[in-house]
Amino acid sequence: MDECVIRASNLAKWFGEGEARTMAVRDANFEVRYGEMLYIVGPSGSGKTTLLSMVSGILKPNGGQVTIEGRDLWAMHDDELADLRLRKIGFVFQDYHLFPRLTTLENVAIPLILKKVEWNEALRRSMEYLEIVGLKDRASLQPVKLSGGEQQRVAIARAIVGQPDILIFDEPTASLDGDTGRKIVEFVKTRILNEKRCIIIVTHDSRIYEYADTILRMEDGKITGVEKNNLHEK
Amino acid sequence: MSGIFKIALRLLVNDKSKFTALLVGITFAVFLMVMMLSMFTGILAKSCAPVYNIGARIWVMDPAVNNTISSIPMPDYVLSTARSIEGVNYAVPLYYGGAQVKLKDGTFQNVTVIGLDDSTLFGRPELVDGKIEDIFAENAFLVVKDAEYAKLEYPKVGTEFEINDNRGVIVGLAKVASSGLFGVPTLYTTFNRAITYIPSSRFTTSYVLIEPKNPSDIPRIQREIAKIGYEALTSEQFVKKISDFYTFKTGMGMNIMLMTAISFIVGLSISGQTFYTFILENLDKFGAMKAIGAKGRELISMILFQAFFTSLVGYGLGVGIASTFMTIAKLRLPEYAAQMTFGILGFALLMVLVIAGVSSYIGVRKVLQIQPFDIFRG
Ligand SMILES: Nc1ncnc2c1ncn2[C@@H]1O[C@H](COP(=O)(O)OP(=O)(O)OP(=O)(O)O)[C@@H](O)[C@H]1O
Ligand SMILES: [Mg+2]
Repeated sequence: MDECVIRASNLAKWFGEGEARTMAVRDANFEVRYGEMLYIVGPSGSGKTTLLSMVSGILKPNGGQVTIEGRDLWAMHDDELADLRLRKIGFVFQDYHLFPRLTTLENVAIPLILKKVEWNEALRRSMEYLEIVGLKDRASLQPVKLSGGEQQRVAIARAIVGQPDILIFDEPTASLDGDTGRKIVEFVKTRILNEKRCIIIVTHDSRIYEYADTILRMEDGKITGVEKNNLHEK
Repeated sequence: MSGIFKIALRLLVNDKSKFTALLVGITFAVFLMVMMLSMFTGILAKSCAPVYNIGARIWVMDPAVNNTISSIPMPDYVLSTARSIEGVNYAVPLYYGGAQVKLKDGTFQNVTVIGLDDSTLFGRPELVDGKIEDIFAENAFLVVKDAEYAKLEYPKVGTEFEINDNRGVIVGLAKVASSGLFGVPTLYTTFNRAITYIPSSRFTTSYVLIEPKNPSDIPRIQREIAKIGYEALTSEQFVKKISDFYTFKTGMGMNIMLMTAISFIVGLSISGQTFYTFILENLDKFGAMKAIGAKGRELISMILFQAFFTSLVGYGLGVGIASTFMTIAKLRLPEYAAQMTFGILGFALLMVLVIAGVSSYIGVRKVLQIQPFDIFRG
């Protein structure tokens, strides 16, 4: 079996036409393996979010190919793609995007509800994941009552509740203080990552680089370097 | 209930201020629409009360007549012509006019006087006191015991009074199916007494009432009456003529329609606007759900559910408040005219569904437009 979960080849994306055309990503090639924690880093506007969106089935590339476990992502219909995201990919957005009018527990349950898991069963399973992220006692609160780091953990619980193979984080530490950010990433690395999963993190935050297995450097839409991080490999 | 509807319901109901504003908008619109239309229906029904109470199949009248009280007297040959038409079982004259009754304290009270054909008493009311034969006695009148009865100071059998400088005596108390619009008491007497007691022009017949042998004779009767320049209407046609008159030829109908339209527009804008803000506020979350893997139709069904749920709850509240209001009003005011019909309820429901449809259409468009990528970029 191919140990690569995600393979991106010759990916290209541009916005606008003619004079106004900007190349957001050009000729991007990389792969992600099970058990790997991959970072995409680079200056603002270098195309990190664009690249991340193309490999997670959210933004259609103008050229190139993405395969997930061998299946051509962008050859799928919209509904098929939505299903694949629901079943295989967990997202943690930069500003979390939790529903303010739902409880923490209900927010976590949303992917299960979309998978048509029965309501009470969905809540029961979501509670387990709230426990994993250490927020069991916050289950019935609305997200606004939680601190930034706690909301981040709720978002993580929501991303992993459906047991996806691929986890996608965009700037997970951008709105957290250094200490909280480190703790979250450490938690993700030690508790969430396993040999059946891979995690892609987009970040600016050099304080968390030490947790990466691989770091992709981007500049001006191009991947300019790939570093394997051996710091923590004992 | 499927899970996404539970989520949709919680999103909606937990946003208490918006949910309340939505409900108030719709409830208010439904309440006003139902009240306006019920009132108007009630008024129309009352304006047609004599047609129902007399109960004739065909009414012959001057074509210019457009409601029962403004009858135009017709010459006697109309009656004889009517009697000679083939297919007429019988035809009788009816007097319908106004008079003044002088009360004990010397004040006057307007009354409606209905004069029934002397030989048949066709169109006579049901008596609750007295005997119908007594209507032929000297100066005899029947009084209708309805909401206006009190204005004659509760006359009883034997009560004497003065009517247009003639003496009158009550010989019976009657009841009728529906009471009139104009707030005046009704007296019945014979046709001949009516035309002698009440000053009138050369012509005396207000209406000729016809009973056809067969329903199939009606068109011929109508044609023959039309030949002599008069109009023969079935009771349904007469009711429609009166209703059309009030609806289209008086300010009343237009005003009611305008008010109904305004209520609708106010309801639509309050709830449409609130629903739009509600969707906008949750837009990035709907976008996040899309990224997570919600399909377009799932988001659409959530929004439709929210819009129609609110609308139907508002509809129920509006109708409930309107009917409570009318019930109380009827207990307090015997003459209160409002009548809630299934037609009105259906119409209000339709309008509410339009409100829900428009509101959700805007929401659905917004939600379908958002790109998960924009959510991602923040
Ligand atoms: N929808 C869009 N329309 C036009 N240009 C866009 C659009 N999305 C991205 N771009 C452009 O593409 C380039 C890459 O954007 P992207 O958001 O991927 O950068 P980034 O590396 O994630 O930056 P940041 O670190 O600031 O999030 C930028 O120049 C950006 O202006
Ligand atoms: Mg970005």
